[in-house]
Parts: sequence; C-alpha cells; structure tokens
Amino acid sequence: MDFGWVDNAVYLGFLWEGFVNTLILMAVSGVLGFALAVLVALAQISGPRPLGWLARGFTTVIRGTPLLVQLFFFYDGVGRLLIEIPGIRETFVWPVLRDAFFYGILAFTISVGAYTGEVLRGAMTSVPRGELEAARAFGLSRRTILWRVWLPRAIQICLPTLTGEVILLLKSVPLVSTIAVMDLLKAANIIRDETFLVYEPLLLIAGIYIALTLVLTLGMRTVETRFPGVRPATRQPQCVATAG
Amino acid sequence: MDGYQSEGLLDWTGPLLEGALVTLEIAVLAYFIGLLLGLLGATAKLSRFRTLQAVGIAYSTLVRALPELLLIVFLYYAGTQLLNTLLDTLGVSGSVAISGFVAAVSVLAFVQGAYMTEVIRGAIVAIPRGHIEAADAFGLSPRQRFKRIVIPEMLPNALPGLSNLWLILVKDTALISVVGFEELFFTAQQAAASTRAYFTFYTAAGALYLLMTLGSNVLFERAERVVRRGQPTA
Repeated sequence: MDFGWVDNAVYLGFLWEGFVNTLILMAVSGVLGFALAVLVALAQISGPRPLGWLARGFTTVIRGTPLLVQLFFFYDGVGRLLIEIPGIRETFVWPVLRDAFFYGILAFTISVGAYTGEVLRGAMTSVPRGELEAARAFGLSRRTILWRVWLPRAIQICLPTLTGEVILLLKSVPLVSTIAVMDLLKAANIIRDETFLVYEPLLLIAGIYIALTLVLTLGMRTVETRFPGVRPATRQPQCVATAG
Repeated sequence: MDGYQSEGLLDWTGPLLEGALVTLEIAVLAYFIGLLLGLLGATAKLSRFRTLQAVGIAYSTLVRALPELLLIVFLYYAGTQLLNTLLDTLGVSGSVAISGFVAAVSVLAFVQGAYMTEVIRGAIVAIPRGHIEAADAFGLSPRQRFKRIVIPEMLPNALPGLSNLWLILVKDTALISVVGFEELFFTAQQAAASTRAYFTFYTAAGALYLLMTLGSNVLFERAERVVRRGQPTA
C-alpha cells in the first residue's frame, strides 16, 4: 500500500473538487427530483386521466432502464441533437447545454423523480381518508390541504424509504465519471492512471463513500425522529404522556 | 464519411440483439450465484457462531454501503490481479487475462449476493418460530428442515425482494460496459460512435432493457403464484 500521493496538491485538488461536485449533484438533483416526484405522484392520483397515464409511462420507462443508459441518452443522444438546432450556439443557454455536469443533474433529477414519485404515490394513497376529509370539513382549500395535511403526512409515512432513496442517489453519483464529470471516482481514475496505483485511490474514495453513507443515514435518522407528528413510540418517553 | 452515414440501425440490429443475449446470460448466471451467496450470507448472519456472524455482517454492510460502479471497477482490477499473483506463486508462467465474461459474472454475483443476504435473512426471520420447532419435533434433520420447511416457507416472503433485485441486476449489467466488456450497452455505444446516431442507438438500447425488465415482471408474477400455492388468497 502506497499512500504517498495523498499530499500531492494536484491530486488533493481533484479529490476535493470531486467531493464538492458529489455534494452539489446530490443536493440539486435531490431537491429538483423531489419536486418532480410530487408532480408525478399527484398526476397519477388526482390528475386528469391522460396526465396520469403519462406519469405512469414515465415511471415505467425510467425505472425499467439503466441509469447509465439514461445518462448517455441525455448527454450524447439529446445533447448532440440540440447542437443541430440553428442559432442555439448564440443563446445564453448554450454554455449550460455543453456542460456534462448539467446532463448529470438532468438525468439524476429525472431518476429521483421516477423512483421517489412511486414511493410518494404509495404514501399519499395510504394517508387515512378521514384526515383529508377532516381538513376539507375545516374549510381548507385544496391547495392548503395538499401543502399542510396531505404531503406532510405522506412524507412522514415514507420517511424511512426516503432515507434509502437518498443513499441510492449517493451511490449513483459515480456514474457521472463516465461522461467526464469530475466526481470522486473520476479523481481516483486520474490518480490511478498517473501513479499506476490501482487500489489505493479506490480504497480512499471507498472510505469517503462509507463515511458519507454513515453521515447521511445518521442525518436522516435525526430527521425521522424529529419529524412533526412521528409516532410517540419512536420518541423520548416523556413525549408519550403529552401526545396522549 | 458517407460510408459511416449509410450504416444505420438495421445493420446493427444483429450485434445489438447479440449484446442483449450476453446481458441476459450474465444476469441469469450472476443471479443464481448471487442467490447462493445470499443463502450463505443469510445463514452466516443467523448462525450461532460469532465469527460467521461477523463475516456475514461485514459482507452485506460493506458491499451495500458502496456504489456499485466503484465495486465493479475495484473488483474487476483486484480479481484479475489476484488471480495472476496466485498463478505466479503457483509457478504458472505468464499472466492470464481472465475472460471478461467470468469477471463480469463474478463481480455482479458478489455485489448481488450482499443484497440477497438481507432479503433472505429477513424472509427467514419472518417464518413463525413454531413451524421450525414443529419440524424439529417431527425429528427432521437440520438439512431436511432447511430443504422442506425453511426454503418453501421463506420463498413467498422473499420473492418480492428477489424480483426487485433481479430488476436491479439487469440494469447493473450495463455498468460492466465501463470496464470494456462487450454487452448490450457497450455494443450500443460502439454503434452510436460509428454511425454518430447517438439518439437512435441509446433509445434502442433503452428499449431492449425495458423489454427485459417488463418481460421478467410477467415471469415473476407467475413465480409468485407458484410459491404462494396453498396460501389463502387475501
């Protein structure tokens, strides 16, 4: 084992950039993907029929094909078609459309939207009807019911599954190294090619991934127990009395 | 340049279908080896021996905490090098390139086995304790008990998880293309690069994967009916 390359500033720079990019990719596509997931779930539950079918088809296609293929489909497939559009090179979106990072975020957002959308759909249908009826009886508007009752209750129901989805997202980030985005795996690959050390860089980033998984799991655990209205059994004993 | 452009989807249909076949072969083999590893892993985690427990826990926890792509790249290099060192110490001269097929199957099976371990362990734990005790009371040997009671009773519990893992595995085979093994997605990439019809070929590859996953859904529904025979319908 030779970890002498670790204090090389250039390699450290790559690793740091990869680490930061990993976090950015996760945060942006996690948030955007969740918003998409809410739309996908809503379209299937209470949208007009055709919209529901569209959402259903979207979920089936995205969950039925490899993320790697989707990544290349957007980056190489769609990306190269966009170049053909006349005049697009002069527009302000062009620098974005040339950036592999953008396609990474696009592919992950869509993937999160499909997988989490399915989770949310299940959770939203299992919110007890009586609670929604009570909200309506209180005279809340449909929008308020969605934001204040339906969605929060659904999220509360599927929180443990959402934790799993976050970890899955983290584990799919290294895929972007294949479309030349600097992530941890890309950094490790560069170090491997330059130092001829195969295992050491990979072991180092494996350690980083394990640490990230641990931090994310613990973080989500905290959210799970602090989330408003979570069953008293999972909380501190003194909450049971007040919740009664 | 015109030569390139005249090549289209039709010329590549054969290679693409061949690639799909290779993908299916890898997936099926890796699935069954993974199933075996999962059974071993679950048995280890549920065993009375501390050491076996620790091995089972380490295997399923570590592998599941790491990105599949990282594992595949790592194991691909490590496996090849390990075998070569082994052959060197055994005195067999010259380095042997492991066939890509063997490497692909074993790497995927190893990863799959860790996820299987959890599914199977959960399914075994869900078997009512009384059933196991009844088997003991009837004087079944541990092996008979495993074959006649544990496996048939565990399968209905495990099947939803197992079918999910199969779908994940089919999609994970695409990752093998990253280390240069020629399966469906690698073929699609080559086709796309040589015809420059990227959109067409990635769509075609996606469609073939979708066909595989949707097709296997039908098979798993049938399997579910088989393993649930004799159970009251809800």
